[in-house]
Amino acid sequence: MSGQRAGKHAHLRPLDIRRGRIEMSHGGGGRAMSQLIDELFQAAFDHPALQQGDDCAVLDRPEGRLVMATDSHVVSPLFFPGGDIGSLAVHGTINDVITSGGRPLWMTVGFILEEGFPLADLKRIVDSMAAAALEAGIAIVTGDTKVVERGHGDGVFINTTGVGVVAEGLDLSGSRARPGDAVLVSGFIGDHGVAIMASRENLEFSTSIRSDSAALHGLVAAMVAAAPDVHCLRDPTRGGLAATLNEIARQSGVGVTIRESDIPVREEVDAACELLGLDPLYVANEGKMVVVCPAASADALLQAMRAHPHGRDAARIGEIVEDPNGFVEMETAFGGRRKVDWIAGEQLPRIC
Amino acid sequence: MKYINEFRDGKLARELAAAIAAEVRHDRMYRLMEFCGGHTHAISRYGLRDLVPDNIQFIHGPGCPVCVLPIGRIDSAIELARDHGVILCSYGDTLRVPASERMSLLRAKADGADIRMVYSSTDALEVARANPQREVVFFAIGFETTTPPTAVALQMAQAAGLHNFSVFCNHVLTPAAMEAILTAPETDDGGGVPLDGFIGPSHVSTVIGSRPYEPVAEKFYKPIVISGFEPLDVLQSVLMLLRRINRGEAGVENQFTRAVTREGNRKAQAVVAKAMEMRDAFEWRGLGQVAHSALRIRDEFGAFDAERKFDLPYRSVPDHKACECAAILRGVKAPQDCKVFGTACTPDNPLGSCMVSAEGACAAHYTYGRLEVERDRGQAVAAGA
Repeated sequence: MSGQRAGKHAHLRPLDIRRGRIEMSHGGGGRAMSQLIDELFQAAFDHPALQQGDDCAVLDRPEGRLVMATDSHVVSPLFFPGGDIGSLAVHGTINDVITSGGRPLWMTVGFILEEGFPLADLKRIVDSMAAAALEAGIAIVTGDTKVVERGHGDGVFINTTGVGVVAEGLDLSGSRARPGDAVLVSGFIGDHGVAIMASRENLEFSTSIRSDSAALHGLVAAMVAAAPDVHCLRDPTRGGLAATLNEIARQSGVGVTIRESDIPVREEVDAACELLGLDPLYVANEGKMVVVCPAASADALLQAMRAHPHGRDAARIGEIVEDPNGFVEMETAFGGRRKVDWIAGEQLPRIC
Repeated sequence: MKYINEFRDGKLARELAAAIAAEVRHDRMYRLMEFCGGHTHAISRYGLRDLVPDNIQFIHGPGCPVCVLPIGRIDSAIELARDHGVILCSYGDTLRVPASERMSLLRAKADGADIRMVYSSTDALEVARANPQREVVFFAIGFETTTPPTAVALQMAQAAGLHNFSVFCNHVLTPAAMEAILTAPETDDGGGVPLDGFIGPSHVSTVIGSRPYEPVAEKFYKPIVISGFEPLDVLQSVLMLLRRINRGEAGVENQFTRAVTREGNRKAQAVVAKAMEMRDAFEWRGLGQVAHSALRIRDEFGAFDAERKFDLPYRSVPDHKACECAAILRGVKAPQDCKVFGTACTPDNPLGSCMVSAEGACAAHYTYGRLEVERDRGQAVAAGA
């Protein structure tokens, strides 16, 4: 982390995690910032490159091609059923990295903290990030902290950048969908968006739905082992399944047909969407993959997905078709057909 | 989802579609206006047009609350937030409605006005309680469905002496709009929009009952079937309308019996009557000034009336020249008849109000219905036509 010191400041009193708050000095480059890094960040993110105390991380080059992705997180509220901004920041970037079919290795983290933010909340978030990174086997190797004046942030914003490695022979891209390919999804859609919506203070709305926030590296490893010829993976976050399918259709110059009755949606999510006037197709997910693969590989892939805890409810939901217009169409459970368009504006503010 | 999925059953839909096909006479058109945006949405989302014969024509009505709000009223709301420095609370869809000079509440918010989206009128009361130093205005819009919650908020504010709270009241009335559509001279021979019947309001009728439509049905000799918003409700209502039209019968019939009675919700009606009274006239987008078609806040609640509190003058503003919203709201034109539909005017960048809400005729057609039109066009191009 820039400005950090290898030695500890024995003369300072330890941070008052219980009652303390972020002050401007925590971003000022002085002893207060150094102490915050030592006692909070370095204590949690234990990696030799980080402990080194340099402005950068020096890492050994791995075998294979490198893959890199970045993601900024501004979710509100910061803590929600099934996760928090910390775990989300780790999961989100890992899931972006592994859409290459690769394996995540390292991560950077940048915090923008608002003056007055409780240190106890920050510690909770940092610990949650550390736990999520440990579980995913990804190392947080370098980072940065900035503090903005009260009223100029919303508690905490987090940027993470992930680096991973992808094996030779894998060639995954949103531009590789071909007519005849199968479209799969790794489980129930809409859980994250509904969980966030329900935990908003101004919505008196209670539900048992938890965010699906999860790192899917294990699932993806099993998938590419079972079907190395998979054409495309994408995590359907903002804009939901509808946005992801429209992106793939545009990138590949194809159409997509999905069947409403085959799309896994929890009854509670369906009901919440009905009540709030949302469409589950457009609601965000943070622990799902949309998959496009050759039809011949679909069964093997589904089997591999269902054998993994994060893919237990995987389903084949449709096909790639020839369509120069790049439309996504849905056969409704009612027996009609309709277009599944891009989302206009946004369904929910600040979901990730 | 219990009590919802039962009304979206594909097998029952096919049976109803068969009954409709059997009832239809092939020597005539059936021009049915679905009054509410909720019906427009159901027709588009479930592809109901595919399930009925071609000579049944759905004409979209004006029953989308944000669609009928005239530009002048949005301008006033923006003025409240920008020039009077109030916290303006509004329902979500309203934020995107285009105002004068390509402004909208959303753009005013980006420019620094304090505009907040709320989910209910009582949320706006909470904002007023939490900000005692600020004036808070609830931008109240909608038909009879959203009126009772506004009336309740007025009464709660008065009871609590919450004097930093007021309501900018834009509530409008359904039967008056129906009458306006039926009397508007649209055709060459000076008659109104040619309509054979109405798929009548759903949620509105839970509040006002089916009785208020009876004079309209009688005066213009049209059948009106009060219909639920689920796709099976709409199909069944189409069948009921067809039978009446074929028998040459007018009158009001109630398909939505699980929620609507003839008298409606008397408690809600009483709450509204206590806080609000009829306006002499009100401007509707598309219909112009319509007599006795909207409500204003009664003198007893005058302290909570934003129009009086901030002395808001009303300026009528004409629609964008190329925009056909007015004709679409009256049922004279269809969305695809508009030159800017899908080009200059899209849900991401609406020129006209019908493109804003998912219930608006243009937005519904853009989102769900465009497929066939564009596919046909695509094939024509591919064939070298």
